[in-house]
Amino acid sequence: MDDFYKEYILDHYRNPRNFGHLDAPTAVAEDLNPLCGDKIRFELQVDADGRVSDVRFSGKGCAISQASASMLSESLKGEMLEDVARFSQERVLENVGIGISPARMKCAMLGLKVAKSAALGEIAHWPDEER
Amino acid sequence: MIAERDARAARIAADFPLLAQPTSRGMRLAYLDSAATSQKPQAVIDSLVHYYTHDNANIHRGVYELAERATEAFENAREKVARFVNAAESAEIVWTRNTTEAINLVSFSWGLANLGPGDAILTTQLEHHSNLVPWQLLAAKTGAELRFIEIDAEGLHVLDDLDEKLRGVKLVALSHVSNTLGTIAPLAEIVPRAHAAGAVVLVDGAQSAPHFAVDVRALDVDFFAASGHKMCGPTGIGFLYGKRALLDAMPPFLTGGDMIREVGYERTTFNELPWKFEAGTSNIADAVALGTAVEYLERVGMDWIAAHERAITGYALERLQPFVERGLQVYGPKNIERRSGVISFNFADIHAHDLASILDTEGVCVRAGHHCTMPLMEKMGWPATARASFYLYNTERDVDQLVDALEKAARVFKVG
Repeated sequence: MDDFYKEYILDHYRNPRNFGHLDAPTAVAEDLNPLCGDKIRFELQVDADGRVSDVRFSGKGCAISQASASMLSESLKGEMLEDVARFSQERVLENVGIGISPARMKCAMLGLKVAKSAALGEIAHWPDEER
Repeated sequence: MIAERDARAARIAADFPLLAQPTSRGMRLAYLDSAATSQKPQAVIDSLVHYYTHDNANIHRGVYELAERATEAFENAREKVARFVNAAESAEIVWTRNTTEAINLVSFSWGLANLGPGDAILTTQLEHHSNLVPWQLLAAKTGAELRFIEIDAEGLHVLDDLDEKLRGVKLVALSHVSNTLGTIAPLAEIVPRAHAAGAVVLVDGAQSAPHFAVDVRALDVDFFAASGHKMCGPTGIGFLYGKRALLDAMPPFLTGGDMIREVGYERTTFNELPWKFEAGTSNIADAVALGTAVEYLERVGMDWIAAHERAITGYALERLQPFVERGLQVYGPKNIERRSGVISFNFADIHAHDLASILDTEGVCVRAGHHCTMPLMEKMGWPATARASFYLYNTERDVDQLVDALEKAARVFKVG
């Protein structure tokens, strides 16, 4: 975890991509991590054939949650909505590219949870969520 | 003098086996999270082992020697705790799981019996959720109004309008010491005025009883709640002190075995104090070990502990000062006389969780987040803070380790 905070993580933290709001988003969700108070909102623009044409996220939190959400927002552009709903935790961890300790897993997964919730139209859950 | 005090703290630390354990990275442990839970001295660990090895039996019912021994150990521990807070008698000490359960006991028993529409509960803006949520629910159930003593930007109680706020108040519930800011509540000013207004006063002592001598009679508080695990005792045991007249008049909280005098199919009469409030088999071993813990604290001396914590806190504030121009923000009262050994802080744009993760890599344990005081954090405009808290076993070396780890955080995050 000494190499926890790589250059690109700090870059995404301080210069988050796709940060802000859409004028008329098709799908929206927001959630918070009650453990630390981190809050994230995802807004998706979905075109007629179900493809995500634009993404914005907003919120505040630690470097892990913000960088993870920022990198996720880049991955989601151009994905089919049903693929957003199926986007795996493994892919998020690959994106983040650093070892995440169990205590910080919720931070890393907050963005994914919110983006999936937006795609599903309901709160997303996964079996190992409550640790 | 300073070296002598610090050397004694280092000798005390040697009583706590966990503190000698390095981290998985081979770092020396600097445990700065005693406000969350304290470490345990060998004497307390031995007490648990001794109880289960030699004295274990259910209490109050057995007539055999072993059961008598268990009962005696259990009730002796109650006497030790009664003496520790200077209660008039041990019957005024009720065992609970922790501070939270003690507060809930008062809320459900005293609160439901004594509050109604038109009454008010007065608490403060800096309370731990455990001394806020029970009153929100009680207010909703009874129709009573919930009011707040304001907290200023430094974390101090604003008392200018206290008498006005006390109008119609039947219960004042407040923390002795803030777990987030370290603020010591001015009880000497608040309690007499609350009593004059006809209110009873409950003090959440979770962050005071472990750290300085508490005299419930001198403070003249009506209820006082504390947790064993924050004062060198085991988890799962805490206590409620209540004035006898109040406890006597209160209906039971939890009901079942041990809290009864006579049970028929239709009706039941209840046991006397304190057992009226202790339904079911109690947490005997942990109560006994808490007795050992308060003896340990008394042996060290509560006044010494208070003086040492003040000195260590002062040393930490002094060592943190140079970081202020590099973006460190330290929260809480500036006057050290008004604060306990808790320091909440943030460093530049580093989120408290990231800060705590980096400090952890250097063996420094601090808490990060809202510290179960979400409304206070919201009011102050802090998404989260990191918090270092000190206890009798912390030394200047722990503080130095914290400072070195902050330097590492500055390097990693390229701040300051």
